[in-house]
Amino acid sequence: MTTKKSPLGKLISDRTNKISPSGIRKFFDLLQGMEGVISLGVGEPDYATPWHISEAAVKSLEKGYTIYTSNSGILELRELTCQYLKDKYGINYKPADEILITVGVSEALDLAMRAILNPADEVIMTDPHYVAYDATVILAGGKPVMVPTSAKNNFAVEAKDIEAKITKKTKAILIGFPSNPTGAIMPRQKLLDLAAVAKKNNIIVISDEIYARLTYDGEHTCFASLPGVKNNTILLGGFSKAYAMTGWRVGYAVAPEEIITAMTKIHQYTIMCAPTPAQVAAIEALKTGETDVVEMVDDYNRRRKVIVKGLNDIGLPCFEPKGAFYAFPSIKPTGLTSEQFSEGLLKEEKVAVVPGSAFGKCGEGFVRCCYATSLADIEEALKRMARFVKKHKK
Amino acid sequence: MLKDILKILENNAHASEKQIATMVGVSAADVSKAIKQAEKDRVILKYKTVVNWDKADGDSHVWALIEVKVKPEPDSGFDAIAERVARFEQVRSLFLASGTFDLLLVVVDKTEHKVADFVSQNLAHIEGVQATVTHFVLKRYKDDGELLDGGEGVKRQQVVL
Repeated sequence: MTTKKSPLGKLISDRTNKISPSGIRKFFDLLQGMEGVISLGVGEPDYATPWHISEAAVKSLEKGYTIYTSNSGILELRELTCQYLKDKYGINYKPADEILITVGVSEALDLAMRAILNPADEVIMTDPHYVAYDATVILAGGKPVMVPTSAKNNFAVEAKDIEAKITKKTKAILIGFPSNPTGAIMPRQKLLDLAAVAKKNNIIVISDEIYARLTYDGEHTCFASLPGVKNNTILLGGFSKAYAMTGWRVGYAVAPEEIITAMTKIHQYTIMCAPTPAQVAAIEALKTGETDVVEMVDDYNRRRKVIVKGLNDIGLPCFEPKGAFYAFPSIKPTGLTSEQFSEGLLKEEKVAVVPGSAFGKCGEGFVRCCYATSLADIEEALKRMARFVKKHKK
Repeated sequence: MLKDILKILENNAHASEKQIATMVGVSAADVSKAIKQAEKDRVILKYKTVVNWDKADGDSHVWALIEVKVKPEPDSGFDAIAERVARFEQVRSLFLASGTFDLLLVVVDKTEHKVADFVSQNLAHIEGVQATVTHFVLKRYKDDGELLDGGEGVKRQQVVL
């Protein structure tokens, strides 16, 4: 490994040195080589991609469909995605120039930041937040600005708290609901308040809705569907979580034409296009994957209820997460820090969770438990955690 | 509520009333009541285990799919004959099907001889049975929705997200 002081380390850019490796990664290194660990760590569906979706890609390979697609992505996929957004949320985007198919939401997020940020421009985001949010802002030369959220408010964010952070340099607000790591959702009214603040101050809202389909209590509200916001919204979505397609790496950004044009410029020079077989699979997912989604969401919901009740029962207070597949219990009754709790739990009871502090300062005192794992594993993990909590309870 | 309970039980007969109650969001007493009623109504027939006998030492079984052509009876159609066939305990499943034959049987027994005896001595003699075609199963890949082999899933990799 190179360090800043080694000859090679000195050649690493300041910008890269400014971001630290993810706290999750550090934690997974501990896991290496341990046997019998139940992992509530990795945030990914425990399903394989529904076979008919995979088969569509296999067939396309057999036919020799192994060439580039257009930079924007296969037109049929752009059309189907726009149609999906229209059917689901009543919003209209033009397949020709208001959508870009990307290598997952990860790429879309990076493109969005690079397309809009000038040096020192500020992007307001919640604390805690998904690990890539602040890193992509910093890599694009911007400055992340945190708005604290708390369990008291079910980790939703208040428009007035965002407004208090707005300066002349504020370029965008980045939200991700349902949230990784908390599982929080944003009630429609709070999103309307936020929209009003963004509009008043002429700020772009980037809404990462990768977990939109994993919503358990009523329908998800798509930010872009709120009245009058389309012109300053970049909506990010993808196929990974809803269709269990994480490894395919395919997502999208929809936004007004000027923004998509700018993002596409970066995309064509750096990525060219999202992988062709993955785009073919995504087409199949949109055409025939709906029943799979409903079934998987039903199943996540059953496990969600088991883990939330279980965590509360063993003395780790957990608000009800209404989206994604994460529970975010408080570990304060143990008096341990998030890192101490997670490390201790792994070493003493062989259960892997992720310290909340990996997602920001306000994540301290919490751990992220992903319940996209078998019910039997969830129940065994809860038993082991109960033992651990009993032992360490103050 | 019953539909939710059945979905859970269909996939895991081991699920306890307490577990089901948490998942469905009702009391354990209500789950218990609903299950008892479903058993009474024969909505729930039995709690079974999907066994891969090929892997259980010294207890192999022979499987056969048997097509049966039947002359339906004037009053009861196929039902009376089907009910007679179904009484044999080696008949694991029995369906009335459209197409070139009428009944499809899944027969499981200890040896090929025993299956042959069943066909020649029992099945063929039932009145109304006109012809049979027996297919011995060479390998079972998937049964009751479960893959018999290769059940080991892909192992998750470590990734930052």
